[in-house]
Amino acid sequence: MLTLLQSYPLFAALIALLGLGLGFGAVLGYASVRFRTEGNPLVDQINQLLPQTQCGQCGHPGCKPYATAIAEGGAINKCPPGGQETIDALADLLDVEPQALDAEHGEEKEPNVAYIREDECIGCTKCIQACPVDAILGAAKLMHTVIADECTGCDLCVEPCPVDCIDMLPRKGGIEHWRWDLPEPNENKSSIIATDRAAA
Amino acid sequence: MNTIFKIHGGIHPDEEKQLSNPGTVLDAGLPPSLILPLSQHIGKPSSLCVAPGDYVLGGQLLAEADGMVSVPLHAPTSGTVVAIEPMPVPHPSAMNNLCLELECDGEDRWIEYAGCEDWRVETPDTLISCIRAAGVAGMGGAGFPTAVKLMARDRLPLQTLIINGTECEPYITADDTLMQVDAAGIVEGAQILAHILGVEEILLAVEDNKPAALDAMQKAAKARGGDCNVMTFPTKYPSGGEKQLIEILTGKQVPTGGLPADLGIVCQNPGTAVAARDAVCFGKPLTDRIVTLTGRALARPGNYRARLGTPIEHLLTVAGFDPSQNQRLIHGGPMMGFALESSAVPIIKTTNCILVPTEQELPTPPDAQACIRCGLCAEACPASLLPQQLYWYARAKDQEQLERHHLADCIECGACSWVCPSHIPLVQYYRAAKGMIKESKTEKIRSDRSRDRFEARQERLERETLAREAQRAARRAAAEQKAAAGGADDPVAAAIARAKAKKDSASDESANS
Ligand code: SF4
Ligand code: SF4
Ligand code: SF4
Ligand code: SF4
Repeated sequence: MLTLLQSYPLFAALIALLGLGLGFGAVLGYASVRFRTEGNPLVDQINQLLPQTQCGQCGHPGCKPYATAIAEGGAINKCPPGGQETIDALADLLDVEPQALDAEHGEEKEPNVAYIREDECIGCTKCIQACPVDAILGAAKLMHTVIADECTGCDLCVEPCPVDCIDMLPRKGGIEHWRWDLPEPNENKSSIIATDRAAA
Repeated sequence: MNTIFKIHGGIHPDEEKQLSNPGTVLDAGLPPSLILPLSQHIGKPSSLCVAPGDYVLGGQLLAEADGMVSVPLHAPTSGTVVAIEPMPVPHPSAMNNLCLELECDGEDRWIEYAGCEDWRVETPDTLISCIRAAGVAGMGGAGFPTAVKLMARDRLPLQTLIINGTECEPYITADDTLMQVDAAGIVEGAQILAHILGVEEILLAVEDNKPAALDAMQKAAKARGGDCNVMTFPTKYPSGGEKQLIEILTGKQVPTGGLPADLGIVCQNPGTAVAARDAVCFGKPLTDRIVTLTGRALARPGNYRARLGTPIEHLLTVAGFDPSQNQRLIHGGPMMGFALESSAVPIIKTTNCILVPTEQELPTPPDAQACIRCGLCAEACPASLLPQQLYWYARAKDQEQLERHHLADCIECGACSWVCPSHIPLVQYYRAAKGMIKESKTEKIRSDRSRDRFEARQERLERETLAREAQRAARRAAAEQKAAAGGADDPVAAAIARAKAKKDSASDESANS
């Protein structure tokens, strides 16, 4: 056998390559079974970037379904709560051109939080059923209230309330939410050297 | 004498310290009313325990600590609470925040208070609760609750307490003055803090541009016995940054995102040390502080002892303010302070300086020009960062790169902006970028939670539908089974039979009657 191989080096090479191919094939095959990822990783990645307001303004019943639609080639500019920032992040992830927000689905707003005027609440439980993140607490014929920290500000509870006792209030009004602004870049306005400015 | 280490970068701006005549404390007097913000510290605002109309004595509790990271607030004099409402506060946003307005009755009557007789025999926990009850928060800048900082002793092994008397920022001389007039108080305060922390080594750090303070501290340290080590080092801005000072004194670098406590070190400001001493030895709450009022638009600049809540306009009048000379009002120093929009705002626990410069003194910065990549900012940065890179990333809002370039290590000292030949307001970019990063982090946490809750709900709904369907199927199956089991058991047949029987008996009855 050995002498045969020695006299036919071509065979030897073929056998070696075949062996390597089988070996790596087995490793890859094993790895694909052993390290299988559950679900669709692209959908999850996209879902990570969506704001999780679960408001349905994109025309899908929640962020995950919209993420699935994007993964299947849907437009990336339908999420108003995410706004331009989310669109840019999605464009970056999917390596496509960023677009402007599709105005048909609404416009970008400051995030809100729902507030139930508790003495007006009749305890109909309609808002609980509408809330996509279980942020409302209450029982039939008893007062309801919103867990402000869990509310995504999706507006979905406002419509079903028969006595209109739910207000949407801005979530970031207070001094503790204030942030420094980025300065206006100035050099575009004035010129590079001081004397240019006088002439302009 | 310990060795002194060098830090990277740093600048030498005009000190202007003599202007406010360090070493003498003047009295700011009692204004007609005090405005006390409920949030003078880092953490949750204090929660009120008085109502409008209440008469309070000096030292009386007005608002208590709300949770762990919070401090209580006490009345700085006697008077009536006239209002509790949002009012302008010293904050860069120029927004209003909840304040308590105290109309002073001018009698300045106080509650009785008493401290520990001998703190050396008390347990650290007792002393920490004294400090906590007195409302002491870091008086050097940020206003972190001192009691919380002292609790690091439970988590980490500590060796060193540093009293940071560097006060490296131009103009400010409040700590310098305190070191000259109450060195003994600082040393005793430091010993109390060291006792609480269980550390052996106390370092009192004083920059070499304050010879009088240095002398006073050395004398006091000697007089009180040997465990205090007064250290001095060459003047450079910003040696007083906590991380920078630690590197100067010990040669060790605080890791990115870490705390000095990770190295076994705790830093405190001299004012905080005295406040802790007052809290422990006399039971006295923190209700006043030394504020440097300075700038050439003042006729009588100096260091004033002012009650917390004193409106800045009152202080300006006391210091002889000339409005025609001045164009802006700065809370803090010229490097790290921020401009105030109104002089109606009060001083708070963290106010170390009010600067009212003339236009010649501190000219309005000219328009920013393009970055010429000269690299001067990188040379000046005490945190060894690359300010011009951070600047580009901040403009591009590239959070990933900002974090990779350690934006979190920037102490916002302003050294880079100071040297920048293009007058780019670099620090403002970093402050904005830090705010941006912080916000997207909290939003991320929020959205992750919403996702989990949404998915949990989806799952629950699915479970409920399945359960309902299963129930329905089971009922149907049971019914079918019964039907199959035989006519007798068939509910319909049984009903018909029952009806028939009834009818029969009814007709029987009618026949009988
Ligand atoms: S519009 Fe945006 S936030 Fe609302 S459900 Fe769709 S993806 Fe989620
Ligand atoms: S409480 Fe209302 S606004 Fe908030 S998440 Fe629930 S349904 Fe949306
Ligand atoms: S100092 Fe100013 S101009 Fe020079 S590199 Fe830094 S940011 Fe650019
Ligand atoms: S402000 Fe930040 S980047 Fe600029 S010199 Fe100071 S630490 Fe460095």
